[in-house]
Amino acid sequence: MQVIDLAWWQLALAALLVVALAGCTVAGRLGMGRTLLIAAGRTVIQLALVGLVLEALFASARFHWVALMAVGMLLIAGREVVARQKRRLLGGWAFGIGTLAMFLSSFTVAVLTLTVIIGPEPWYRPQYAIPLLGMMLGNTMTGVALALDRLTEGTWQQRAVIENRLMLGQTWREAIGDIRREAMRSGLMPVVNAMAAAGVVSLPGMMTGQILAGTAPALAVKYQILIMFTITLGTGFGTLAAVALASRRLFDDRERLRPDRLAAPRK
Amino acid sequence: MTGHPPLCLDRLAVGDLQPVSLCVAAGEVLCLAGPSGAGKSRLLRAIADLEPHRGAVTLGELAQDELPGHAWRRRVMLVPAESQWWAERVGDHFPAGDVRGLSALGLTPAVLDWPVARLSSGEKQRLALLRALARTPSVLLLDEPTANLDDVTTRRVEAWLMARLRDGGWPVIWVAHDQVQIARVATRRGRLEDGRLVEEVPAPCK
Repeated sequence: MQVIDLAWWQLALAALLVVALAGCTVAGRLGMGRTLLIAAGRTVIQLALVGLVLEALFASARFHWVALMAVGMLLIAGREVVARQKRRLLGGWAFGIGTLAMFLSSFTVAVLTLTVIIGPEPWYRPQYAIPLLGMMLGNTMTGVALALDRLTEGTWQQRAVIENRLMLGQTWREAIGDIRREAMRSGLMPVVNAMAAAGVVSLPGMMTGQILAGTAPALAVKYQILIMFTITLGTGFGTLAAVALASRRLFDDRERLRPDRLAAPRK
Repeated sequence: MTGHPPLCLDRLAVGDLQPVSLCVAAGEVLCLAGPSGAGKSRLLRAIADLEPHRGAVTLGELAQDELPGHAWRRRVMLVPAESQWWAERVGDHFPAGDVRGLSALGLTPAVLDWPVARLSSGEKQRLALLRALARTPSVLLLDEPTANLDDVTTRRVEAWLMARLRDGGWPVIWVAHDQVQIARVATRRGRLEDGRLVEEVPAPCK
């Protein structure tokens, strides 16, 4: 089965409808028109650029280009994790912990999935490696960002409680235990919800895409299940590592709470 | 009862506070007064090792940095002016086992099953002291233990606390504002002013 080609003018029709939507929000004084148009513009530019990059990458299929692309994606995801936090850890720790956690989980799970489960030839074949890593990084990033934000914000708001628990002789782990559990929960909630709703409430994007591209639904479903699991693994281990590292950093070697290691909120 | 080792500060300095050196022996109650913001609470926090500081603190032969932070704080127990309660039930804030001393506070053991929200501020204050004592500390650092209480409750909590202090025989540092109260409870008095600790003439023995 051949995929029906899409021309740019056909996309322009869809774009016109987005502009119409923006016009409606402006007319209704809902204050979203500008944001909507900027986001739509970013989508077009970013996806067009990544299309060019992927075309070139698929053509060369050299390991060092794939690795470079993967590292680039990782660093941008790390920046995004920092940007989404209200009170981030100071001194580069927010970026360092977020990026390290995503590297450990996403890269390990992606390499394992490629070498052991899917097994393309060579294992880093960009058609498989880049989309897999991209989907995992995107979800891991959300999980890590939510969990770190919850951890630092919860610690700040409950610093009196944590210190009182320390005064009673609790270890730092006990004193921050409740907040760590909350942070873990909010990091994992999106993937748990996505798995629970998959197929019933929502048709996952990748599966839909494969079916549109002509893959048999049964095979598309198998790929989707695999992706769901790898995303869960990536997000889970990434969130776990980020929460463990960041909560340790909130205390010093004398187990004192150090809220001074958190940045003041922006805005 | 004696047997608790003395608490000694050796050139302890935190923030703008000049280095403080002193020893509090078992059974002594050193009352600290001084204007708000003079650093009384910070000094207590440094002794409990909750804040980075200079100088040394020892408990008998034991130095602060020989123990992990939590083990030191379990011995050198700081009770803050405003207690915090994190669990749903009152009883969850106490170590497992019998909670002794509830009846002396005018409370029944049923209070342990209460939700924290049901406690009055006076009950919270007393229960915060009780949960600190339940962890069998070696030193007590009390930061305005009767703050935010009305006169009647203050006298009741104070009387109960003094009885416990006599029984326990700990070295105690007690931060207080009220000169009348200090006269009632102190065996020694100090005053923090302009970043210095000045020890005053000992009050008549109680």
